[in-house]
Amino acid sequence: MSVDSATSVQAQTETYDDVSDVIEIRWHGRAGQGAKTGALLVGEAASGAGRYIQAFPEYGPERMGAPVVAYNRISREPITLHCGIESPRYVVILDTTLAGQIDLTAGVPDGGALIVNASWTPAEAREKLGVTNPAVRVYTVDATAISLEHIGRPIPNTPMLGALNRVAGLLDIDSLLESVRKKLEQRFRNRPEVVEGNVQAVKVAYEEVQGE
Amino acid sequence: MAVQRRSPAESVAMTGNEAVADAMRQINPDVVAAYPITPATEIVQIFSAYAADGRVDTEMVLAESEHSAMSATIGASAAGARAMTATSSQGLLLMHEMLYVASGARQPIVMPVVNRAVSAPLNIHCDHSDTMGSRDAGWIQIYSENAQEAYDNLIQAIRIAEHPNVQLPCMVMMDGFIISHGMENLFTLPDETVKEFIGERKPLYPLLDVDNPVTFGPVDFTDFYFEHKRQQFEAMLEAKKAILEVAAEFEKISGHRYGLFETYQLDDAEMAIVVMSSAAGTSRYVIDRLRRQGLKVGMLKPRVFRPFPAEELAEALKDIPVVAVMDRSDSFSGQGGPLFAEIRAALYEYDKRPIMVNYIYGLGGRDVRVESIESVYRDLDIIRRTGVVGPRVRHLDVRE
Repeated sequence: MSVDSATSVQAQTETYDDVSDVIEIRWHGRAGQGAKTGALLVGEAASGAGRYIQAFPEYGPERMGAPVVAYNRISREPITLHCGIESPRYVVILDTTLAGQIDLTAGVPDGGALIVNASWTPAEAREKLGVTNPAVRVYTVDATAISLEHIGRPIPNTPMLGALNRVAGLLDIDSLLESVRKKLEQRFRNRPEVVEGNVQAVKVAYEEVQGE
Repeated sequence: MAVQRRSPAESVAMTGNEAVADAMRQINPDVVAAYPITPATEIVQIFSAYAADGRVDTEMVLAESEHSAMSATIGASAAGARAMTATSSQGLLLMHEMLYVASGARQPIVMPVVNRAVSAPLNIHCDHSDTMGSRDAGWIQIYSENAQEAYDNLIQAIRIAEHPNVQLPCMVMMDGFIISHGMENLFTLPDETVKEFIGERKPLYPLLDVDNPVTFGPVDFTDFYFEHKRQQFEAMLEAKKAILEVAAEFEKISGHRYGLFETYQLDDAEMAIVVMSSAAGTSRYVIDRLRRQGLKVGMLKPRVFRPFPAEELAEALKDIPVVAVMDRSDSFSGQGGPLFAEIRAALYEYDKRPIMVNYIYGLGGRDVRVESIESVYRDLDIIRRTGVVGPRVRHLDVRE
């Protein structure tokens, strides 16, 4: 059941101010898709916006295509925890072919959400990923298509930033875009089109993410 | 570290390795000689980019092994240079022979070490077996809880090592991956402030001072070897004073307060754990949670392991009924880890002292969860209420 994204996301989004606890996020992808970079970008953007943050990857085999997991903690209070994240409120899934190999919904509490890179509707994603808990929300956005269109390469992590930010209501979208721009300008000094493409991709995914 | 609250908007988001590399950029050492090893590789990788870009004046020496990296660092330091390197795990083990040369030759080398397990079996994740293996090598050892402390400690280490009464090498630790590869908010100091704080190195007997020739590392048999070792003992005692002196000055420029160790909710605690490095952060969270349930729990986090602040630690712990010492390494004595052994020894002189147990934990990067720390406090609570100690040495979260 896909409905107009703007209203459905808005209606179900809990804004950051509603929760005093630490927001925990888990990223799933395959090496090369940018799960770690996605977590670092969220961390930097949130830090710039005055939040306490952590961003850390889980280290496994370092080869293209291997499953990669990365994490974020975001809070208004200093974060002293240095343990793994077992019950993330938000899970960002860059690659749905991981389903079946990895329990993508592990530990997600009631009220939590999956944000999935797929051309499916949220209802299709729920069925195909086997999300049986009705209290876990499912959102989809075709981040691969967006990245191909705006960046020219299938790198879904930056568009997923936009989708995550929309669903989790983490930051003001303009400060997120500004932070992504700044970070990528350092990395792609001589390729402004890459920077612009990425910023555009974040924005488009922010607008297009769909809830059930 | 006690700290005045500042807005994270004033911070920069950095991983532990980035923070340490940035501190090294600000220290701007004369020579860095290094060999890469996971998870410390990034420190020198980032720093070598600073050197290549001309952002530091450092001469980089890319050595063919850690043994050579430490040898080159010692040579440069003896010549009068401010010399640094960085390593981890097997790399530190390969340096082991030269660690004693650095301290015996009284070279104030500062070295970040990213704590990692040692082989076999092969493991790249965090524990403290590497640096605990060099605890008797005559180096000052400072352990950091997070990226901020790693940054702050590294800058202070320059002043501590080069203190005229100390003149000893110093290693500054952070937990592998958990801190080295984890991004956190970091409050850095302006370049100028760091430059002024550390000043220029004033070598006491530089090799390159040809008008006043000296010899380093000569034969020193039954006649004077012992006297030199006696001086190293004295220098370590002086290091304890220097660490506190430097911390007081550092607080003025940073607002961050450091001591030989830090306590959290310890004053009225009926049960306490002693834990170093990143797990101390998780413990704070657990303490807050258990305090809300009415349990009087607290923590002591050693920062300085060499010199070992025995009297100060004993004074802080002596009145607490039950204490668990957490060791992220095992010395395989069959009697518990190194921290446990030394803290127990420190309390020997006291008539009244805690019941103490030891937990070996987190070896090879085994996650230290909130529940893990909570279970230790629950165990201590049972010991406190029943007086039954049970096993003295325990292993946390391990399959039996």
